Amino acid sequence: MAKVRLAGVGKTYPDGTSAVNSLDLDIADGEFLVLVGPSGCGKTTALRMVAGLEEISSGTLTIGDRVVNRTPARDRDVAMVFQSYALYPHLSVRDNIGFGLQLRKVAKSEINKRVEEAARTLGLSEHLDRKPRNLSGGQRQRVAMGRAIVRSPQAFLMDEPLSNLDAKLRVQMRAEISRIQRDLGVTTIYVTHDQVEAMTLGDRVAVMKKGVLQQVAAPQELYDRPVNLFVAGFIGSPAMNLLQGRLAADGDGARLTLGDQYLSVPASLLAERPRLREYVNRDIAVGIRPEDMEDAELGDGAEGTVLTSTTELVEALGSELLVHFTLGAPPVVTEDTKELARDAGADNLDEGKRSSGVIARFSPRSRTTIGADVRVRVDTGRLYFFDPVSGAGIWEGPAPAHQQKEETHA
Amino acid sequence: MSTAVKDTEAPPAPGAGTPHRSVASRIVGRIGSGAVQVVLLLIGVFWLVPTLGLFVSSLRSPQDNSASGWWAVLTEPSQITLENYANLLDNAGFVSSFFNTVLITVPATLLIVVIGSLAAYAFAWMEFPGRDWLFLLVVGLLVVPLQVALVPIAQLYGGVGIYGSILGVVLFHVGYGLPFAIFLLRNFFAAIPRDLLEAARMDGGKEFTIFRRVILPLGGPAIASLAIFQFLWVWNDLLVAMVFADAANQPMTKALQSEMRQFGANIDVISAGAFLSMLVPLIVFFAFQRYFVQGMMGGAVK
Repeated sequence: MAKVRLAGVGKTYPDGTSAVNSLDLDIADGEFLVLVGPSGCGKTTALRMVAGLEEISSGTLTIGDRVVNRTPARDRDVAMVFQSYALYPHLSVRDNIGFGLQLRKVAKSEINKRVEEAARTLGLSEHLDRKPRNLSGGQRQRVAMGRAIVRSPQAFLMDEPLSNLDAKLRVQMRAEISRIQRDLGVTTIYVTHDQVEAMTLGDRVAVMKKGVLQQVAAPQELYDRPVNLFVAGFIGSPAMNLLQGRLAADGDGARLTLGDQYLSVPASLLAERPRLREYVNRDIAVGIRPEDMEDAELGDGAEGTVLTSTTELVEALGSELLVHFTLGAPPVVTEDTKELARDAGADNLDEGKRSSGVIARFSPRSRTTIGADVRVRVDTGRLYFFDPVSGAGIWEGPAPAHQQKEETHA
Repeated sequence: MSTAVKDTEAPPAPGAGTPHRSVASRIVGRIGSGAVQVVLLLIGVFWLVPTLGLFVSSLRSPQDNSASGWWAVLTEPSQITLENYANLLDNAGFVSSFFNTVLITVPATLLIVVIGSLAAYAFAWMEFPGRDWLFLLVVGLLVVPLQVALVPIAQLYGGVGIYGSILGVVLFHVGYGLPFAIFLLRNFFAAIPRDLLEAARMDGGKEFTIFRRVILPLGGPAIASLAIFQFLWVWNDLLVAMVFADAANQPMTKALQSEMRQFGANIDVISAGAFLSMLVPLIVFFAFQRYFVQGMMGGAVK
């Protein structure tokens, strides 16, 4: 077990395209770090550079106390779980798991002992003599895990290991991976595009966009204090609603205009984030989490906390209602939100639009229906604000260290 | 090959094995498959009759063979004799030609398989400058007809002093077999998922270990079918033997050819010898026919 450190690690292909841009990451011994981002953000390339399957163009990679930039994959003492599992089809489960030990000339009895121990941990004991093609998807996934843990490597590298499983199995294996990693205490780097996996598995989560690291933080911090529009929009499901608004001074607090409606920004929030004052009488990007909205009929809707609209769609999930409606405020259009729209599979954001779709998470006691007028109470103390040009989050004091300026992405 | 990457839990194709087929469609299906079987049977008979004829001829005396056709044996089974085979085995020249064939075919096949699979692995999975150009060159060599090399190679062999020897024949076969071997195996190896090689690399495999423990087992069917093809070609070759093998080193094909006369032929020697020379390829084919079929289908059906 060892710490893994990436210092300014970059990958540039011979044709000049850059997949990973000066990545700095410090992964502590035994830590579970999740690399997350939309497809093509460079997270898999970063992982493959750590594995030694991809050459490092710039920067330094350290595993333990060794700089391993030039060390071939087989000598890095890290194990990888592939998205496709990459099981050897001609070998039994036993030989698949023991293959790495066989190549390292470990004694036969020792191999047997360790393979059986790994199989017990993973519940594979009865399947040791079967071939991979006779296993179910979940069992194959376990074999792939077994191959990694049996070697007791310095670090586990996992490349979207659950993406080929069906939803139910994925939840189960997610818990399993978390348990195994905690039991063994092996440093783990886990790549995924699924933000639920990222949030539930990671001690810390690193969000990447177009080869550039956006933010590294504990899952809850990432959720509560995203450094920019991209992280804000990427983490959370349903995603944060992002609207263009305008701030005006209003006594100790401020008045936030959203189209033809307004919200009162409480003085306490302004006191916490003094930099907001710089945006008075200017456009500002506002973020509202779906769960920070509620049907105003279910409680008191104080003046300045309620927005009105018409319900367009209600998705009843039993424990909650996802209510879709439109607000007369333009959507936020920056490089970040365009990237998010691309990832969500939407067409390019329409810059001329005057209104934006919003999703709120209502209590199931709400009685709103499609086509009905809806009054939405917003928890104004939990609003998120971003610079409308750079997309940077507006929090107290100077910008956090990991923040990247929008210009560097171009 | 795809078992490692693909889930087998996919539902069966719609319509496959549906229990509720109508009577009419079942009759049509039965007639259809019956017709196919009749055609296959006809082809089989068509192929088998000359073989049978050759076999029967080899069991009849020269006098009987010149007096009547082989089918006469149907009315006079007493004609059957092993005399021809006994004569053949007493003929030292012919026996040595049989061993010459083995000495040419086995090394030529082995060398092609070994060199071809190593080269194919390099072309498929190793990075080195000029790799793709070199491979294009190999593909280009596929279309060079063997005949254009006969004279230059003969001169070259004369210079080196191996003209007429078994070594010369073997080297010529290897040289001409390799482009196809490399081409076939390279495409087969390249279809092996990259993840498997990378997993082996992560597991601590050096290049040769990966080749031996992952690529070779997975490439087994392709290698086996290549070996069978190559074996048959070299075994049956006459042209190369005619040009490069002298009388002492001649394989069976050339020995049989020398038994042909302008007016008639030594039918007793030829039929028995020809049947013997067929026997080995037939044994090889039937022993490995599973790989033969797999190799032909390789890539077409996953």
